[in-house]
Amino acid sequence: MLAASSSTIPFPVLTSLVVVPLVGAALVIFFGRARQEWTKLTALLTSVTTGAVSLWVLQAFDSSEAGFQFVSQHEWIPAWGISWHLGIDGISLFLVVLTGVLFPLVIAGVDPHHDERPYLAWLLVLEAGVMGSFISLDLFLFFVFFEIVLVPMYFLIGGWGYDQRVYAATKFFLFTMAGSAFLLVGIVATALLSRDSVGSVTFDVVALAETGALSVTQGRWLFVAFAIAFAVKVPLFPVHTWLPDAHTQAPTAGSVILAGVLLKMGTYGLLRFGVYLFPEASVWARPVLYTLAVIGIIYGAIAATMQTDLKRLVAYSSVAHLGFIVLGTFALTDQAVTGGVMQMVNHGVSTGALFLLVGMIYERRHTRQIAELRGLQQVAPVFAGFFMVVMLSSIGLPGLNGFVGEFLILIGSFDTARWWVIVATTGVILAALYLLWAYQRVFHGEVDDANRGFAELRPREGALLFVFVAIIVFTGVYPKPMLSRIEPSAKALIEHVESRTDYQRPAQGEAGK
Amino acid sequence: MTDLVWLVPLLPLVGGLILVVFGARIGEPRAGWLATLLTASSFVVTVLVYLDLLGMPAEERSHVVSLFSWIPVGSLQIDFALLADPLSITMALFVTGIGSLIHLYAIGYMHGDPKFSKFFLYLNLFVFSMLALVLGENLLVTFLGWEGVGACSYFLISFWHNRDSAAVAGKKAFVTNRIGDWGVMTAMFVAFSAVGSVSYKAINEAAHEGAISQTAISAIAILLFVGACGKSAQLPLYFWLPDAMEGPTPVSALIHAATMVTAGVFLMTRVGPVLAESYGWVPDTIAIVGAATALFAATIAVAQHDIKRVLAYSTVSQLGFMFLAIGSGAYVAAIFHMVTHAFFKALLFLGSGSVIHGMHHEQDMRKMGALRAAMPVTAFTFIIGWLAIAGVPPFAGFWSKDEILLYVYADNRLLYVVGMVTALLTAYYMTRQVILVFFGEARWHDAAGEHGAHGDFRPHESPKVMLIPLVVLSVLSVVGGGMQLPFSKDLHFLEHWLEPVVEEAERSIKGTWAYDNKYVLLGAAIVVALTGIALSVAVYAKRRLPAIEPKVLENAWFYDATVARLVGGPGAASFRGVTLFDARFVDGAVNGAGAVARGLGGVVRRSQTGFVRAYAVFIALGAVALLAWFVWRGWLA
Amino acid sequence: MPEPTTLSYLVVAALLFVIGAFGVMVRRNPLVMFMCIELMLNAVNLSFVALARELTDIDGQSIVFFVLVVAAAEVVVGLGLIVGIMRNRSSLTADDLAELKG
Repeated sequence: MLAASSSTIPFPVLTSLVVVPLVGAALVIFFGRARQEWTKLTALLTSVTTGAVSLWVLQAFDSSEAGFQFVSQHEWIPAWGISWHLGIDGISLFLVVLTGVLFPLVIAGVDPHHDERPYLAWLLVLEAGVMGSFISLDLFLFFVFFEIVLVPMYFLIGGWGYDQRVYAATKFFLFTMAGSAFLLVGIVATALLSRDSVGSVTFDVVALAETGALSVTQGRWLFVAFAIAFAVKVPLFPVHTWLPDAHTQAPTAGSVILAGVLLKMGTYGLLRFGVYLFPEASVWARPVLYTLAVIGIIYGAIAATMQTDLKRLVAYSSVAHLGFIVLGTFALTDQAVTGGVMQMVNHGVSTGALFLLVGMIYERRHTRQIAELRGLQQVAPVFAGFFMVVMLSSIGLPGLNGFVGEFLILIGSFDTARWWVIVATTGVILAALYLLWAYQRVFHGEVDDANRGFAELRPREGALLFVFVAIIVFTGVYPKPMLSRIEPSAKALIEHVESRTDYQRPAQGEAGK
Repeated sequence: MTDLVWLVPLLPLVGGLILVVFGARIGEPRAGWLATLLTASSFVVTVLVYLDLLGMPAEERSHVVSLFSWIPVGSLQIDFALLADPLSITMALFVTGIGSLIHLYAIGYMHGDPKFSKFFLYLNLFVFSMLALVLGENLLVTFLGWEGVGACSYFLISFWHNRDSAAVAGKKAFVTNRIGDWGVMTAMFVAFSAVGSVSYKAINEAAHEGAISQTAISAIAILLFVGACGKSAQLPLYFWLPDAMEGPTPVSALIHAATMVTAGVFLMTRVGPVLAESYGWVPDTIAIVGAATALFAATIAVAQHDIKRVLAYSTVSQLGFMFLAIGSGAYVAAIFHMVTHAFFKALLFLGSGSVIHGMHHEQDMRKMGALRAAMPVTAFTFIIGWLAIAGVPPFAGFWSKDEILLYVYADNRLLYVVGMVTALLTAYYMTRQVILVFFGEARWHDAAGEHGAHGDFRPHESPKVMLIPLVVLSVLSVVGGGMQLPFSKDLHFLEHWLEPVVEEAERSIKGTWAYDNKYVLLGAAIVVALTGIALSVAVYAKRRLPAIEPKVLENAWFYDATVARLVGGPGAASFRGVTLFDARFVDGAVNGAGAVARGLGGVVRRSQTGFVRAYAVFIALGAVALLAWFVWRGWLA
Repeated sequence: MPEPTTLSYLVVAALLFVIGAFGVMVRRNPLVMFMCIELMLNAVNLSFVALARELTDIDGQSIVFFVLVVAAAEVVVGLGLIVGIMRNRSSLTADDLAELKG
């Protein structure tokens, strides 16, 4: 999976994905003070431009090519082999598109309650950081972006969140930072230990993966270091407890971005860096990761069932859903890895939409407590309908996007992680349980006076949600275009693992069990 | 024409989509007519496909129409493809046919309901899902339909969602079905792992030719049966069905009598070759579960007071019969009974709906009686349905039930006895229902006040739009048996028609005692049916014998109550325990780490006295220590 | 009188340094503390010069200039701060300036 052909246009497409939001943030901060009404427009234009560029990359992407495309590489600190190395392949393509599309929607659709200028600026910096981490092919650069993401998120939660926002923001920051400490050590160690095999000290991911050779013990320790950081981000049991607080206390836009994109940095990191750089260690560590993933699926679902706060319920459901993705990532078959990548996007869309809906409920009723909500379908049937579709996607109903990813993960993992899959599949029962029970308590039943004034879906909200629902339905019915773009890179990654370890992909259909 | 089989599921889907967007604007009753029209057109297309297939030689009656590539990843290539063969077209015929009749009926039944259009939206979506289920070329398209009917069933059961009982019932149905879905999904995983495909053709062929291990085959079979138990309400996952009666009666008729619940039977027939090649205990288990469920539900139906609940338990019981048939290798008989059951059960449900409608939404049979004068057509058609289900010749139910019992006798004598007892009970409780509702004294005079009746409360007959389906279904219940008469091989129309699909799996009972003495068994069945009827008449009409309706039966052997207590008690407690564990221990560890850091900081803070002179002392001491260390090192070196 | 050896210079420097260090630790008057710091700095200067002489290396003597400049700058800043603080209070000891207590 070496660096492949880049685009023929001279424009640094991927760099612009990072630079444009930063420029937008600067504009918003420095010139927004003079013209208040232009801040929103500037932010919107910036994010829409970034989104348009990401969509352009999507359509220009060559799905037959498994390597990195649109590569741009410039030396940064030559003495240590650090370069500005960006590239996109099937695995990161849809994550970039998701980011590019999610941010403008969130900026356009959700307004902050105060201090719009810094809020929008932070959002744009966040976008730059997230984009950068998905397209970085240099470990040092990746770390920079990975850490950059923490600061705006901290301020967004702490400045615009709900009652326990400071606690949640601090917890989020410190927890993730603690994991990143391990990541930093791992990165530096990887670069230094690979010095002999690569020829010089370099932080370039492709060079390290293709030409670097670490001993088995080295590889395993380094993998553990990387995995700890990403495990916190995913989040994997037992380092998941920052998530419920962060999600619940964050403002709506924060929650949507957090669930939609930030969590995927963890799963993406596990795949791109964990598996790619340390194939032997990945294969060695699989049982542990399967177990943690399946625990997350069941445990997250059980915890979600007993939540009294609607937003917290959705937060725990994220723990459960991401368990599936981690399971698929480490099962290392075509279907499982492709399904895992696809599910990263699917989860972002459906859980993002769920958070939007919960935010709308809060905005009308000023409560997230399930006990205080009742009979909403009676007074707001259209709203309930949208909620139902998004909820069914989260449950994994065939015909909607969530099912395709989940199905691919499970069917692909069955050969390599049989008993884990059998347990994980019971997660689909639990998902129906907690979501339908919540829906029944909130939307069904006879409406009472407190909820009678619940306003129906407004046109702006409807337009926003419609985009999500359209993606949910389209991807569920016709996932082929997405799958065909993800598959070659996923396949190449697995072949990379096969070439460096004893692991061989199981042959489906010839085993006969 | 067969190439246009994709129109069959498409038409109701289009109806659903139109009603999603324009339903409110189209309104009553045009939404109802639109939905009915589209379902009826689907029926017409199905008939055309059927005729087309009839025109082909038997071996060629299997056509795959692949619409598009749905999930292609590596060696997993799943298309959205439809399979038109005798089995799927048989299913499609009665799904669309009975579906259209029920749509028509619902126009009358749902009259005046504020969510009229929404109801038909859900109904159309349901028909689409059911058609995807039966016409699917592979397990995944079937699963799409499988879950689709589950979702639509959820919507329809909780249709009157401001009623708590309906909302809870809907959720219960969905979640319980999901337990079964675990089985179907896992079966797909095993199939892909062993066969490399989830297509029925590939799986059945691999099983038949012995290309995969018997363990894999049995795993697939039993896992699919787990799914069937959920969807078709067998023990132990049946308890959602009685509560599903919360939905409007057309829903009960369509979904919980004729179509959705038969999906399990269909699925097991579809993978008949797999079942045939599995370990012997698999079909035995299916037969035992089916028989047990049949008996269990029949005993409960004897003591129910709600007119729909009797029918609900009756459905569970009849489904048990169908699985008993499948477990005994009698696939044709199972399908035969499924079709006839669809006719008479839908008829009975729609009839009960007519009664409820005429009684201003009273459902307790203790408050009915002597209704045949007030509702003649309803009564007449209901009686036909009764005779059909009781197993009285020449009505349809007799022939299909007898066919099953024939095969069961050849397989397992004990289960045959269970089946006969169940048949007796069936005749008994259905007769009880007919007597309580249509005969005897009118007990509804006292009920007048309860229904806010103005002046004289009189039950009335239903409008024509509701009566026409009743009549059609009653005709079918009379002549439906004609598709498979036991008198000679030439009259085995259904068997010949289904042969290419089931021949690998169908057990042959030629040469068994049962086959040779089938008229004896036929006679026995008639005797049992008449005995049941006579007993019931003696108890409820002539009052010669006491009524046995013990509380334990009325409460369904407390099965549902036990499950509810388990889920609500230890179930909820363990869940709460996990949540508390997460909040106290796992999160506690995190907060604890923070507390430790803060504590340590607090301790170390005390060295920062703010006194410059103290700092100076520390500097001096430190410098001395450092110097000493270097000197000492130098000394050693 | 025997010629003073390098050692004697170093001893004197050490003595001066210790007196200065002791003074910084013990005395409370800021001005006296400064004087003691000066003492320490000059003790270091002395040892630099003595060793420079012994090792005939001019670098030792050049460093003395650096130290003198730094000491002068430090005294200017420090005395300025002391004067500034003492404007607001009549009596001042080093112990009174404990605002940086953690």
